[in-house]
Amino acid sequence: MQRVSERVIARARELMREGTVNKVAGWKAGEFFYDCAPYVFESEESLKDLVYDRFCAANLSKYMIKNSVAAGAEGGKVLVLLKPCDTYSFNQLLTEHRIARENVYVLGVGCEGMCDIDRIREKGFKGITGVDENADGKTLTVHTLYGDGEVAIDDVLVNKCEFCKGKAHMIFDELISDNEDEGPRGDRFAGVRELEAMSPADRFAFWQSELSKCIRCNACRNACPACSCRKCVFDNDASGIASKANTDSFEEKMFHIIRAFHVAGRCTDCGECTRVCPQGIPLHLFNRKYIKDINEFYGEYAAGAEAGQRGPLINYTVDDIEPAAVSDKGGN
Amino acid sequence: MSVNADWKPRIVAFCCNWCSYAGADLAGSSRLAYPADVKIIREPCSCRVNPMFILKAFERGADGVILCGCHPGDCHYSTGNYYTRRRMALLFSMLDYIGVERGRTRVEWVSAAEGAKFSRVMNDFVAQIRELGENVKVGDLRCKE
Amino acid sequence: MAMKKIALTQLEQLFAALSLTRKVYLPVEKAGQYDYAPWQPGLTYHPEVLHTVKSAKSVFFPQSEDLIRYKRAGLSLEISQQAPEDEEFVVFGVHACDVAGFEVLDRVFLSEPVDSYYKARREHGTVFSVMCAKPEETCFCGTFGIDAEAPGGDVQSWLADGVLYMEALTEKGEALLAAVSGIVSEVDDAGTQAAAETRAAHKAIMERLPLADLTTDGFGADAELLPLFNRPEWKELASSCLGCGTCTYVCPTCQCYDIREYNTGKEIRRFRVWDSCMYSDFTMMAAGTPRPDQMQRFRQRFMHKLKYYPDNYGGAFSCVGCGRCLQKCPISMNIVKVMRKLGGANHNDK
Repeated sequence: MQRVSERVIARARELMREGTVNKVAGWKAGEFFYDCAPYVFESEESLKDLVYDRFCAANLSKYMIKNSVAAGAEGGKVLVLLKPCDTYSFNQLLTEHRIARENVYVLGVGCEGMCDIDRIREKGFKGITGVDENADGKTLTVHTLYGDGEVAIDDVLVNKCEFCKGKAHMIFDELISDNEDEGPRGDRFAGVRELEAMSPADRFAFWQSELSKCIRCNACRNACPACSCRKCVFDNDASGIASKANTDSFEEKMFHIIRAFHVAGRCTDCGECTRVCPQGIPLHLFNRKYIKDINEFYGEYAAGAEAGQRGPLINYTVDDIEPAAVSDKGGN
Repeated sequence: MSVNADWKPRIVAFCCNWCSYAGADLAGSSRLAYPADVKIIREPCSCRVNPMFILKAFERGADGVILCGCHPGDCHYSTGNYYTRRRMALLFSMLDYIGVERGRTRVEWVSAAEGAKFSRVMNDFVAQIRELGENVKVGDLRCKE
Repeated sequence: MAMKKIALTQLEQLFAALSLTRKVYLPVEKAGQYDYAPWQPGLTYHPEVLHTVKSAKSVFFPQSEDLIRYKRAGLSLEISQQAPEDEEFVVFGVHACDVAGFEVLDRVFLSEPVDSYYKARREHGTVFSVMCAKPEETCFCGTFGIDAEAPGGDVQSWLADGVLYMEALTEKGEALLAAVSGIVSEVDDAGTQAAAETRAAHKAIMERLPLADLTTDGFGADAELLPLFNRPEWKELASSCLGCGTCTYVCPTCQCYDIREYNTGKEIRRFRVWDSCMYSDFTMMAAGTPRPDQMQRFRQRFMHKLKYYPDNYGGAFSCVGCGRCLQKCPISMNIVKVMRKLGGANHNDK
């Protein structure tokens, strides 16, 4: 990872220096080793804070909505660092005409999987002050206020990386990557199947327990690159559903079903919703259910695999499956 | 099963103005009975039915929601019901996924000439909801009291 | 009052005894996350858990609560008001930061006009604090002068070698300990010594925390308002803020709420819910919102914590350094980064 990182940062500087771009959207070093924040650098000097490491999980695609337009207005170009999975979101936004492509320079960056600081904490580490990637490339040495320990990288990957879609970039102007595309990692629908196999009562209990944690902070919505409406229905008082409250268990279910439904067919499974949830709700299980159903009902479809695709929910065939057939299939 | 002996199912039927709503009319004028538990909401097209409407109906205490539209291929607006079909297939599958009984939601294609079918479908759906009993999973607790 | 003690393994008995006369709230796990919830048999305290997701403020100031209900009765309106809390309860396991958070809320809700719902809960609630076991790297309560070794509340306690040493600080606390006098036991000199040692060990850790050097210089009642308000760095600090409400909802000191109504079909329920200044519809008025872009909303949140609140309440800050926002912000922007960027300087020079 480190080798790619150095090349990425050097190349970003170079492109800024030679004037190809006048801004760079990347990750800015934070207070600790793991809390880098998405940031748009506007000078070569400021790029000293650019980082690209195991903790740069945030998807920068959504920031291009605002910044691509702004860059155009200033007569410049913005460089964006996109990991393989991020390029799907970028493509999807292009499909929806939300990004001014001509103002963006996509620097595709290789990725070996991002680590989740919360998952490292879950392993029992407290007061984490640093991590070192060991020479084997498979483990991390974790330094804490209370002593050091070791953890396997595979055990602390961000959920989206645990089920990586593949190392291939769907769109880029330039690529810096040592990855060989090994295809998808693991079965991303395994979690959905597990739930489907449960009894309706158990499924209900599962979601009741998960969703009752929801604090309606809207982080899942706001972080989602597919949620790009200028005014969200949940913020619209006239919609009748603009409740800020988690006053009743059904509120959350409705919110989460609709949130996922509104991005069904457009969701690239970038995993930001689950990554940002402060309550650790496995929100991807909603999105992946829709993706799985779409694949089964209407044929394989990967949102964002290429720009300009017609999504399954704005499309049809005359012999589509009937809703009745869906509710009759298997199980209870 | 319902524990409340006085319980009567509350069914919301979203009906397309151009077909099923007229079908309901025909059922009435043909003196074909269907239970009064069915509350019809007229829509300009089945495609107008936002998935949120269905969830909202459940939230406010519906025990079953049925959506009736023109037969595929016969949409007044050419293609509306094709989109409905996809949306509802996904939504119903999702409702099932969160543990709501599958029998509580249904889509039926009923033309303006099918008064008899309308009556049969509604009788059948109401019987099915009676069988399932009161909706306790997706109703808003505040609406229950 | 003398110190009392109980073995950690016997805490369940303590909760059971307390719950005979009052509700006991403590951090309870649900699907992998901890939040305050009523104690039930089988539940116990997990000292290794530093923070609940929502802070302990949610017990005194719930995320949402009904205020009134009304419905039509013939030609008139039938209105019923929600009665304020009138039953005793205890909140167990609160750490120093969250206890200090109550003080921040008290200044707001207990000054005129008094919030009767909050006041009733404060009066009926007893705070049983525990010194945190292992502070995280994100902790910075010391910055705001909070003594983590004396967590405060009505009863404060320390955990050493599987024994919880406790002492009452108020009458309410004494009454609480008296109610369980059959379960807790007296502490001898060795016990007092053990409690003192665990405090000393804790203090040593606090001094080693990476944020121990963070200061409030440049903020507070003495700072100049407009120069701070006009600092150009607000723009870059806020540039990647997503505008979600995570920081606000996990914060022990955020106190803004909205009042909304819900039509159940039979009656109208008026309830209040936490609101977030990060939302686009926060303080929305007929004329629009006073803070149309995210930079202004972002600035509002931190100006409130570091400048407006101190101005209004005798210099006290509206942050207790619990570090929840550091751990939970989706894009890792937080008050520490703001303080690092804007603190210490003479704002006029910028």
